[in-house]
Amino acid sequence: MDFNSFILMRHEMLLLAIILILVVAEVFTPLHKKTSIVHLSVFLFGIHTAVGFLTIEYGSLFGGMFHTTALIQFFKNVLNIGVLILLLQSADWIQEKIIQENRGVEFFMLLFSSLLGMYFMISSGDFLMFYLGLELSVLPVAALAAYETSKRISSESGIKLILSSALASGTILFGISMLYAMSGSIYFNDITNLTATSNLSILGLVLFFSGLGFKISLVPFHFWTADVYEGAPISIASYLSVISKGAAIFIMMILLFTVLKPLMQIWENLIYVIAVATMFIGNLFALRQQNMKRFLAFSSIAQAGFVLLGLIIGNRLGTATIVYFVLIYIFSNLAAFGVVQAISLKTGKENIKDYEGLYRTNPNLSLVMMLALFSLAGIPPVAGFFGKFFLFTAAASEGYYFLVFLGVFNVTISLYYYLLVVRAMFLRTSDNAIPYFKTKLYMRMGLLITVVGILILGIYSPLYDYIYELSKIIY
Amino acid sequence: MIEGISIYEILTLTTILFFVGVYGFLTRKNLISILISIEMILNASVVNFVVINKYLYPDMLQGVLFSIFIIAVAAAETALAVAIIINLYRQISSVEVKDTEVMKY
Repeated sequence: MDFNSFILMRHEMLLLAIILILVVAEVFTPLHKKTSIVHLSVFLFGIHTAVGFLTIEYGSLFGGMFHTTALIQFFKNVLNIGVLILLLQSADWIQEKIIQENRGVEFFMLLFSSLLGMYFMISSGDFLMFYLGLELSVLPVAALAAYETSKRISSESGIKLILSSALASGTILFGISMLYAMSGSIYFNDITNLTATSNLSILGLVLFFSGLGFKISLVPFHFWTADVYEGAPISIASYLSVISKGAAIFIMMILLFTVLKPLMQIWENLIYVIAVATMFIGNLFALRQQNMKRFLAFSSIAQAGFVLLGLIIGNRLGTATIVYFVLIYIFSNLAAFGVVQAISLKTGKENIKDYEGLYRTNPNLSLVMMLALFSLAGIPPVAGFFGKFFLFTAAASEGYYFLVFLGVFNVTISLYYYLLVVRAMFLRTSDNAIPYFKTKLYMRMGLLITVVGILILGIYSPLYDYIYELSKIIY
Repeated sequence: MIEGISIYEILTLTTILFFVGVYGFLTRKNLISILISIEMILNASVVNFVVINKYLYPDMLQGVLFSIFIIAVAAAETALAVAIIINLYRQISSVEVKDTEVMKY
């Protein structure tokens, strides 16, 4: 292996370099200039995102432990864009709250380490790399969820996240050990003799699936989601709901479609049941939420249920639709969380009731929120409609008509609660509405990118063709 | 390989260990006990990997190597969990689960 082959790990190397640069920068920045760390991080990460789009060759490293394909590169870029938007949106919060306690650089280091773990996870070629990437992506986020050390609910959400994710990774490991017992190898390429008739592989599959279900917050394993989102800082809640979930869905898709493909008749049924349960429970619990963060948490559970509609068919169409949906979901959910964050930072209010009359005082923010919620609900002109439409088409193409019917029924339920928020903002008036305020430059940029994404991504059809072309080789 | 003990006995033991851990995780009332339960779950998988490697595929070392990594990561996980528990303890002077239930439903 010569040095040139390391260029395959370009994303990982660059991100690691950024982390190291930030450590050095922290040492040499005088105490009264700590806010420049934020600018430096955003700038460096912007460069990283741009460089990620350069095309390179694909291949594998370390005897097959690490591999990249065009689709994996593309998905890493999607994650990069998401994190960049998230950094722009949370820059003000970091400058106002975190820098004052002199803990700015740790925030970026932990966030980037977690992203590094996700890179390794989605381009892993064996279960060891997968497990290490998974842990590296979860542990820093747990530390970040407990980041506001003076707040009690922040610690509480941190402990809930770390305990449930530790249980999940324990379950995944037990499942992996079963698969290892069946096939004698932990390399994805060498795992060939899994059969749907052997109980050991089925047990391994079920344990593995439930462990990953924790990360995606599918229904029997979703209990941590709302609590963690409510207690954690908003930028971390949106990171968990968007980036973390997207990466976990992606690796789950790759594993189910390649390594666990022989067990397809088992996991089809499993996904069918879990998809129905996830959509219904996510939607019904979202109806009764008063807090915006909990509301978005349950809405993100329901969205994960919709993704399973693409997962169930297990072919190239499913891959393309899932990646496309996740891309759109990243933009829509980040827009919603961005508005919540802007308002919470300014006023500290997070309840749906506080949003009454928002349109009269802050029309721009309400419009962004409305677009985001329409996109999450799937109303035609915006991108979310096309994401959902393709997912339903994919499921219908394999004959899952009843499942599609249940999905459409759930879209109707979700429309109700998304419109509740829109009604509160636009139709209700309130005496103590949130007064007009001007968001800072970074936040405005972050929201603008999401709005452009929501408006353009659905209509710009070459994008879907491009993703479909990429998903030719998923492994 | 241990003389006179087949793989079935050891796998039964680790499965029992795993489910005892899950049961403990769901029922314990103390955060530290929950951490202990998680350690039991992780150690069940560690033993599983070593045993499967030794009994079924003795010519490769994949399982043993995997178990070393699990032990290291489990230590990191526990350290982080204990750090958060200590931070919580500073605020509420308790490590009981029932005292950490501000957010529900």
